[in-house]
Amino acid sequence: MGFAIVLFLIAGFWLIRFLPEETASNEKKTDLNEDPNRIENGIHVRTGLVDDEGLMTVVANCTACHSAQLVTQNRMNEERWNATIRWMQETQNLWDLGDNQEIIVNYLVKNYPPIEKGRRENLKNIEWYDLDPE
Amino acid sequence: MKRRQFVKKSMMGSLASVLGMNIVYGSSMPENYTLLGLQDPDPFKMFELDSSMLVLNNRPWNIEAQAHLLDDKVTPNSRMFIRNNGLIPKEIDEKNWTLTIDGESVKEARSFTLEELKSNFKTHSYQLTLECGGNGRSEFDPPAKGNQWTVGAVHCAKWTGVRLKDVLNEVGILEDAVYIGYHARDVHLSGDSSKEPISRGVPIAKALQDETLIAFEMNDGPIPLAHGFPLRLVAGGWPASASGKWIDRISIRNKEHDGSKMQGSSYRVPKNPVAPGEKVDEKDMEVIESMPVKSLITNPKSGAVFELGRTLDIRGHAWAGEQAVAKMEYSIDFGSTWSECNLERPANRLAWQHFRASIEFPETGYYEIWARATDSNGKSQPMLVPGWNPKGYLNNACHRIAVKVT
Repeated sequence: MGFAIVLFLIAGFWLIRFLPEETASNEKKTDLNEDPNRIENGIHVRTGLVDDEGLMTVVANCTACHSAQLVTQNRMNEERWNATIRWMQETQNLWDLGDNQEIIVNYLVKNYPPIEKGRRENLKNIEWYDLDPE
Repeated sequence: MKRRQFVKKSMMGSLASVLGMNIVYGSSMPENYTLLGLQDPDPFKMFELDSSMLVLNNRPWNIEAQAHLLDDKVTPNSRMFIRNNGLIPKEIDEKNWTLTIDGESVKEARSFTLEELKSNFKTHSYQLTLECGGNGRSEFDPPAKGNQWTVGAVHCAKWTGVRLKDVLNEVGILEDAVYIGYHARDVHLSGDSSKEPISRGVPIAKALQDETLIAFEMNDGPIPLAHGFPLRLVAGGWPASASGKWIDRISIRNKEHDGSKMQGSSYRVPKNPVAPGEKVDEKDMEVIESMPVKSLITNPKSGAVFELGRTLDIRGHAWAGEQAVAKMEYSIDFGSTWSECNLERPANRLAWQHFRASIEFPETGYYEIWARATDSNGKSQPMLVPGWNPKGYLNNACHRIAVKVT
């Protein structure tokens, strides 16, 4: 029984990957449990991408081969996002994005722009704890 | 039929129908190999990882350790970073696995089964430091493209296998051999079977070193799937991408190997220093060889709070690519003064070296402990992030931890 549920979920995810964009966005209105494109706190839960204009174009074109984590980890300007797309077209079998390229790059530059870090940042997110007694 | 086998078999059948394809060799898959083709969502279970490992990317799998997880002298399997360029091979048939030696500069191409490799050549074991070329990438400004590794894409495990040089001597290579390039069974992210996700290599001199192994064991067991089962080329001290996983072919080349991720900006840095963010022509880039000197404080974990008067013991590891580490120092005053650590010799060449020190603090407050290693050529780790390069490789800036004295 457990396996049947797991398989059902796997099958669901598998099929969702191949759904056309429009179908995918219409599903936003369906039950949260079944909605693969649920948005919470401005984040597309399934991929971790920021909810903004162009989101589903990015999901459809940029998460077929690699996870969205490779997108959300990175910060680039317009030129370098375009260069990355070119590199993926030359070596990774990314298709011609046509008019979608502008939509995608606008989305990326707006939501994942470079962050200035300087030559060395302060240590961040330190979790303080008491060192065990000697 | 045992219940578990029955469940596994029936699951395979169901998976096949879900995927709309047969799973070749499904019944001969190793016990722990179910579901990988589907990129099981729980990497911790699938790869038997420590729960504090950090997943950077789940397709392809890229997972790193944190400094305090690397405290062991020999890194345990559960705390070793995983860096994949493509997808883990879907079918692994150990019994029929062969390694072929071919290329322009081989006398005559030849293949070996795993059994032949093990019985025809002497077996050797070494502890070998493997660090991802992009370890520390997250610190570059402007940001460099790729997985944003922090400090944990390094490990030093015990590798067991046969020397590549013994195999090459047996097969015979021509005088014009300059490079070797590996080929493997991992799958291109696009699924295109005509493309290799990664096919890198090393110059022939590195290939012929004693420590360059065709390994079939890691930490005294079969190599885990994520680390290259059943066969991995291991070239310690070089970007870990030179140590190909799941290899089935090594080509002896009469030129620098030109496989996937050998060209463009992949595992390459500018020949001459460039300004941060500067555009660099492909012809002005060169392949990374030995990794630079570097170190990690692995104990205590950053964030320790303790009372004034306590002597704090720190320890960690230092490594220097092809070189040895000659000196290890720490500073608690942002580099104004440095004190020397006790530094051990490596277990063997290309193994990381362990260091320790005992520190007394003059007054209460916030401190950072910075660690700096110096290699046998006199090169030290910089305190700042070193020269910018387009893909953010070779960040060997000093590691530091924060402590509070109360």
